[in-house]
Amino acid sequence: MRSALQRRQARSGWLFLSPAFLLIGVFFFLPVVAGLLLSLTDFDIYAIGSPGTARFVGLRNYVEVLRSAAFWGALRNTLYFVVAGGTLSVAVSLAAALLLSARVVRLRSLFRTIYFTPVVTTLVAVAIVWRYLYHPRYGLLNHVLGWLHLGPVDWLGDPHWAMPAIILLSVWKNFGYNMLIFVAGLQGIPEEYYEAAAIDGAGAWRRFLHVTLPGLAPIFLFVGLTTMIGQFQLFAEPYVMTQGGPLGSTRSLVLLMYEEGFRWWRMGTASTIAVLLLLITLAGALLQMRLQKGRGS
Amino acid sequence: MSAGGSWERRGMVGLLAAGLSLLVILAGPGCGRDKGSQPVELRFWAMGREGEVLQDLISGFERENPEVRVQVQQIPWSAAHEKLLTAFVGRSTPDLAQLGNTWIAEFVALRALEPLAGRLAATAALDSTSFFPGIWSTNRIGGVMYGIPWYVDTRVLFYRRDILARAGYDSVPGSWQGWRKAMEAVKRLVGPERFAIFLPVNEWNQPIIFGLQAGSPLLVDDATRGAFAQEAFRRAFHFYLGLFGDSLAPPVRNNEIANLYQEFARGYFAMYITGPWNLGEFQRRLPEGLQDDWGTAPLPGPEGPASGISLAGGSSLIIFRRSPHKDAAWRLVEYLLRPEQQERFYELSGDLPARREAWQQAALAREPRTRAFWEQLQRVVSTPKIPEWEQIATLVQDDTELAVRGGVPADSALAMMDRGAARILQKRRWLLAHDRLPAAVPAGEAP
Repeated sequence: MRSALQRRQARSGWLFLSPAFLLIGVFFFLPVVAGLLLSLTDFDIYAIGSPGTARFVGLRNYVEVLRSAAFWGALRNTLYFVVAGGTLSVAVSLAAALLLSARVVRLRSLFRTIYFTPVVTTLVAVAIVWRYLYHPRYGLLNHVLGWLHLGPVDWLGDPHWAMPAIILLSVWKNFGYNMLIFVAGLQGIPEEYYEAAAIDGAGAWRRFLHVTLPGLAPIFLFVGLTTMIGQFQLFAEPYVMTQGGPLGSTRSLVLLMYEEGFRWWRMGTASTIAVLLLLITLAGALLQMRLQKGRGS
Repeated sequence: MSAGGSWERRGMVGLLAAGLSLLVILAGPGCGRDKGSQPVELRFWAMGREGEVLQDLISGFERENPEVRVQVQQIPWSAAHEKLLTAFVGRSTPDLAQLGNTWIAEFVALRALEPLAGRLAATAALDSTSFFPGIWSTNRIGGVMYGIPWYVDTRVLFYRRDILARAGYDSVPGSWQGWRKAMEAVKRLVGPERFAIFLPVNEWNQPIIFGLQAGSPLLVDDATRGAFAQEAFRRAFHFYLGLFGDSLAPPVRNNEIANLYQEFARGYFAMYITGPWNLGEFQRRLPEGLQDDWGTAPLPGPEGPASGISLAGGSSLIIFRRSPHKDAAWRLVEYLLRPEQQERFYELSGDLPARREAWQQAALAREPRTRAFWEQLQRVVSTPKIPEWEQIATLVQDDTELAVRGGVPADSALAMMDRGAARILQKRRWLLAHDRLPAAVPAGEAP
């Protein structure tokens, strides 16, 4: 009797879930499987015209990609962006969230809105403004550096500065999202903990270290994971600002994949890079979860 | 895109896509069912500035052909290539389009273009002899015409007449040897901080042009292997590298020059190899006082002016195989290529017309600065007409930069080019060996 009801419930549960499953299947799993299969072929411009000319090449694409300097260069750039950009982004988000949660700050919701605005602004529009900021001769940034008697920096033209410039833009553009999550996390830490710590004689810094940070641990896991996954997908910023230059110093893995796929139409190679990126991201996520778990226990 | 956000977005996109495809399925068969009674609507894709001025030319055509409506869609050049290819894959190509003539081979490889031989033979008004031969042949793949040149483009030498005059030259010498002597004279005049010529090290055009001038085929064995280490290209490559070696040209990329026009005005370099788009730019951007001091000349060649060839560029008009209105599309092509429309097109866009009659009518062949282009266009050749060419050109560019300022010896760089070309052309060799190359499609085959 009970199990029949359960079964009926399960059935309607599946029924309710099926549209979502269908969508995920068609728009997520199918493309992933297709990409995986594509990465084992030499599907190219000729094959688009007549699919019969695509050949199964086994793991040759993987061997070639792993032996190409372009892939390792792009991987290096991407890791640079993930590590430096991701850390900076999380730190700025946390700092902004702490500021907004401080009791002395007025007009909190106004600032929250202002800080969140870049997240919902179109990147292309933002990029145009930032290109002016970064302009080697007329840019505001170099103007300010001039006051400090620091030499002009060719932000987007110098291979050493292009990636930091991209990181700066991306941090500014995205920190608002994580900031909101941190704000919510901070609200979830009971006020009594702070009071108790204060009574025990803990200063502001020790309260931050021993109450705020442990209280935010689950939030850190979430923010860290989503940020890292997002950072690995770096594409739009260099695509709009530098097209991967100068000297390939801002060519990320996704940009390389895009070039292989949609500039040279080597779909096999592009899919190979996509699969490798998936594996790298997965490894990064597992590593991060392991590290955080270790710290938690 | 970065951090968070993308999850929800992906869901939304999926839903939206599902909804849209449902709409298409529902609405699809109903649309376009009763086309017969309605006027033919031609879809025409054109790029950049050409797309803007096209509207003015179309109105005359529509008056002549009241049963045809032309819908021009403008596409930015930077996105044109991807958009055309995705349209092909998505089976939504327009009826006709403007196509850069170096892209034709690629679209022929896709079997996307309608062969035009039959229609051409039936149209007396379009005679190949009224076009520049080098440009005309860029549209012929495997002996079959797939496009008609619409406007033309090539590279010539822009130079500072005053600087050359002070160095003792009234005009640019026609041979490599004389040209080099002139550059040396300019260099002696301007000193170590300035240069005779600017050859951006991130452009493949200059080393490739020199190679073609020296008689290199660039690719050999049915365009399945590079010929970069062979004698002809080697000679050109050494000539090119020598200009940097003797400080006649600065070893910089074009984005390392803050403002090309200012530097040219300042005399940082006295010569520059570039195309017709800079005719207008030089007039607009160079200071008033300098307007009489710059000129254009056809490129010098290794054995004198006759060997001074340049690249055949420009855009053609093509008809897509899947178009249901090929006859109407062809009438539009024919209309746009009438000499008077070509002249009008030049006046509106500044693009150099493909038909020689239009050059005569617009006095282009006589005006001193465009005359260099007129002369150059008699001596233009196309780069290898295969879909892989742009990849190979990019490779040549990278390896050339390594030789100019990366410390790689010239002969190693040439060997690298041949190895790279062999790798890129691997699929082409296989297709040829198995007789599956799409250019072998007989003309007029059904889509």
